[in-house]
Amino acid sequence: MLVLALDTATPTLLAGVARRSADGAVEVLAERAVPSGTRHAELLTPAIRDVLAEAGATLGDIGAVVTGLGPGPFTGLRVGIVTAAAIADARGLPVVGVCSLDAVGDGARTVVTDARRKEVYWAAYDASGARVQGPDVVRPEGAELPGPFVGDPAFAARLGAPVEAAEVTTTGLLRAAAGQLDDPAAAAPLVPLYLRRPDATPPTSFKPVTTS
Amino acid sequence: MTEPLVLGFETSCDETGVGLVRGRTLLSDALATSMAEHERFGGVVPEIASRAHLEAMVPTVHRALAEAGVQASDVDAVAVTAGPGLTGALLVGLAAAKAYALALDVPLYGVNHLAAHVAVDELQHGALEEPSMALLVSGGHSSLLLVPDLSRDVVSLGRTVDDAAGEAFDKVARVLGMPFPGGPPIDRAAREGDGSAIAFPRGLTGPRDAPYDFSFSGLKTAVARWVEARERAGEPVPVADVAASFQEAVADVLTAKAVRACRDHGVDHLVLGGGVAANSRLRALAEERCAAAGIVLRVPSPRLCTDNGAMVAALGSRLVAAGVAPSAPDLGADSSLPIDVVRP
Ligand SMILES: Nc1ncnc2c1ncn2[C@@H]1O[C@H](COP(=O)(O)OP(=O)(O)OP(=O)(O)O)[C@@H](O)[C@H]1O
Ligand SMILES: [Mg+2]
Repeated sequence: MLVLALDTATPTLLAGVARRSADGAVEVLAERAVPSGTRHAELLTPAIRDVLAEAGATLGDIGAVVTGLGPGPFTGLRVGIVTAAAIADARGLPVVGVCSLDAVGDGARTVVTDARRKEVYWAAYDASGARVQGPDVVRPEGAELPGPFVGDPAFAARLGAPVEAAEVTTTGLLRAAAGQLDDPAAAAPLVPLYLRRPDATPPTSFKPVTTS
Repeated sequence: MTEPLVLGFETSCDETGVGLVRGRTLLSDALATSMAEHERFGGVVPEIASRAHLEAMVPTVHRALAEAGVQASDVDAVAVTAGPGLTGALLVGLAAAKAYALALDVPLYGVNHLAAHVAVDELQHGALEEPSMALLVSGGHSSLLLVPDLSRDVVSLGRTVDDAAGEAFDKVARVLGMPFPGGPPIDRAAREGDGSAIAFPRGLTGPRDAPYDFSFSGLKTAVARWVEARERAGEPVPVADVAASFQEAVADVLTAKAVRACRDHGVDHLVLGGGVAANSRLRALAEERCAAAGIVLRVPSPRLCTDNGAMVAALGSRLVAAGVAPSAPDLGADSSLPIDVVRP
């Protein structure tokens, strides 16, 4: 079965097409990691077209869609999730969501990505690659996160330890989605991992309009 | 041959709208709103609106398809609001629309939200006379537009220099202790009041003022001062008269400037659009003044005046019929998309 994999949880958008065999083996046929910053909505569908063309496939050949659910900056994150949901809906395909951090690096590690506001999104994994802590969001200083770190190297100084550069990959997304892809009918609904509440506080008292 | 079926997406503010239009026939207009979640904040919170759009998107598409009795695979083109509006909110609809267009292998038309507010009238009253004048009054905009060709050429004659008309309704409602959004409760309260009871100021109506620009901030402040003075004096506030007199001031300025613009430009058709066009006094006064000036007035029903997906599909349908090229694959959202860009 061919799988379309998408992620927009970090400033690098990812689109990939992979062949997944019945035994779970994964062969990536095409992949684009585009440093698109805040331009995910502009560049994601063109990247999907590109990977489909490179894989010699059309959406009609795709059997399932996998998307990262974050955590990640909200506006960009939603682009990947709604794109995956819409493509799956339009083509009648199953869609599977995974924690985006699960798709970064492998083995025993702590994944850190940029959560803005001087914080990191993080999750820790054991030697079998299973997530044992997180995902969560924290200020890196004094958080005493376990190493070794992979993810966004910009945080090395503030973590006080090296961070091996690594990003979300098609292989990582399919690995994280394996269980759900084996039984797509049982896949969980797509719920974004925001980890933070919307920034909004109700006004405690309304100021008279004339003084505003 | 049947006309093309167009699927329209609108997420510029707090309404998730998905509509289906064939030619100029409205097939469905599905809407989800996060309004109730914003009420306690006294205004729309962008992040709350964006989260709600994501949750509502696929179910709202399903409702639109079911209401219209069509399948997604019947869709011939997709249209989406690309701006103006709240960036985070716009991007949910934009990404969804791009994905549906890709997956259904049909062209994608990004459209201007304001032009869509004008286009929606074609679903009710047939092809727009061109040129027409359009008065667009909503929570975020107050604009007078000269429309030589709604598919390609929209000219802004004037706009608000401060608050939008709907914003003024919302703020005055707050002063009067009414819920958000304030347009409907003021409209209701005003029915029991006297519009000539209090002479509130008419902004930018002096001989040297820009003839087609609007200003509602001074009016809002004048209403607040008037109410606060009453309260300080321990006197009851005649809510119905305040509401009616405020509403009269807004309707007076809007209609006077719209009629003048028609006359100055030799245009004899006026279209109202946007949420404030649902206001009963604005509709009545526009009717009266247009009739006196020999102008044909067109106003969509209140349901189609506020944000919805059908208005976007209506403009998309018009662009398809006019042979306008679809948007580029790297189409993005533009929170301050200029009004003269009909199809970004
Ligand atoms: N009957 C009415 N009288 C006056 N104002 C009204 C009435 N009904 C709705 N409104 C106002 O219309 C506005 C909402 O309109 P609409 O949905 O078109 O605008 P928006 O989405 O807030 O802004 P925009 O379209 O500019 O992005 C609100 O400010 C509301 O108070
Ligand atoms: Mg609007």
